[in-house]
Amino acid sequence: MMSLLLRDMRLAFRVGGGALTGILFFLVVVTIVPFAVGPDLNLLSKIGPAILWIAALLASLLGLDRLFQQDREDGTLDVIIIQSHSLTAIVFIKCLSHWLANGLPLILATPIFGLFMNMEPLAIAAVLATLIVGTPAITFIGAVGAAATVSLPRGGLLLAVLILPLVIPVLIFGVSATYGAIQDPAPFTSPFLILCALTLFFSVLGPITAGWMLAQSTD
Amino acid sequence: MTDVTTKSVGFWAWFWDLANPTRFLAVASWLIPVLAIITVTLLGIGLYLGFSAPQDYQQGATVQIMFIHVPSSWIAMMCYSVMSVSALGSLVWRHPLADVSIRAAAPIGAAFTFLALLTGSLWGKPMWGTWWVWDARLTSVLILFIIYMGLIALSRAIEEPITAARSLAIITLIGFINIPIIKFSVNWWNTLHQPASVSRLAKPAMDVVFLYPLLTMALAYTTLFFTLHLMAMRNEILRRRIRSMRMSAARRIDTQSASQGN
Repeated sequence: MMSLLLRDMRLAFRVGGGALTGILFFLVVVTIVPFAVGPDLNLLSKIGPAILWIAALLASLLGLDRLFQQDREDGTLDVIIIQSHSLTAIVFIKCLSHWLANGLPLILATPIFGLFMNMEPLAIAAVLATLIVGTPAITFIGAVGAAATVSLPRGGLLLAVLILPLVIPVLIFGVSATYGAIQDPAPFTSPFLILCALTLFFSVLGPITAGWMLAQSTD
Repeated sequence: MTDVTTKSVGFWAWFWDLANPTRFLAVASWLIPVLAIITVTLLGIGLYLGFSAPQDYQQGATVQIMFIHVPSSWIAMMCYSVMSVSALGSLVWRHPLADVSIRAAAPIGAAFTFLALLTGSLWGKPMWGTWWVWDARLTSVLILFIIYMGLIALSRAIEEPITAARSLAIITLIGFINIPIIKFSVNWWNTLHQPASVSRLAKPAMDVVFLYPLLTMALAYTTLFFTLHLMAMRNEILRRRIRSMRMSAARRIDTQSASQGN
């Protein structure tokens, strides 16, 4: 398991892995917003948390179609499926390494982008916390979509279409927790805890479903 | 007790009998015309009652949009429930028709959802003064529409029917989470959309002049859905037969040319 985690992460950071492209994409999306809404700093600081969440969501969707596809193309996936005792655990590890390689660098870069958006330190901290807790759920849900579209040559766009309606709850609670931290009457704790619950829930359900689908897709 | 078991055995035997596509086609060939006639009759009665219904004291003539709008949204949700049950049937019992049923129902459900959104928008303009609001009920129905579209795209993208069916069934089941959200969105959130006024436990909060046409239309839409669904399933079965015939024909030509080459 540990070796699989390290292998996947090493592959992600090598040339052609695309882990760092995610951050670049994140930067581009955040940069494009002021062009669209105008460089009004008050407005930007108001919508900043929402922009950061949407950009992070899109950026984490970006690499998801490669989650199983690369391994399927070179045959590693078949070897893993034949050898392994528990496909659920394999999928869980793959999601974890995908998140560590693609999601975590993204999240660590958010404070800089938060400054671009003229956000308060407290708001930046809130976005950071909610993204750390919330983005794994996106990866786990995305694993199901990635398993469903693994055999397709161009599954990436379809994956995004299938997954986006399902990650709306994550987005809702992530953004509302962030606004709860910076605006006074809105609560922070309850949406934040629901976000944690969503991540824990999908960390179980996502790998089970995706593993089952992968097992079905090979025979 | 014995009676019940024999009955259920009889039902299951019949249900599994339908797994044979030829039997299904035979049943469909008489069931479709019957359902179509019932649908046309009910639609005629419902539309007549709907148009002759008096104008509402607040909403005026626009109340008649309700007779199209409300049944459409009911059927949009019912269609998704049918698809989810089919998905269960496909994954748990491996019923061969369940795959066909999911695939055939998705475009119909998308059409009814679109109709519900469109008529709702037309109704919203004079009543609320806007074509669209980001209200919980409207948004969740829009998401239902997106899910339908995603399922259609997925079913078109995978060529092999069996792999397509499994992916489709799982994504359908996951998307079912949206149905209770649509149903209870008007109770959970404070929305502009009015709460349920027909299926209350007590008396319906609607006058019978409006209630009867609505119920007739709902019944007509239900039979309409099943007619269309059966027709689409029949088409899908025929399409699969053509596909397998083409493949076997191609294989035959292939072996022939190979033997000639030798």
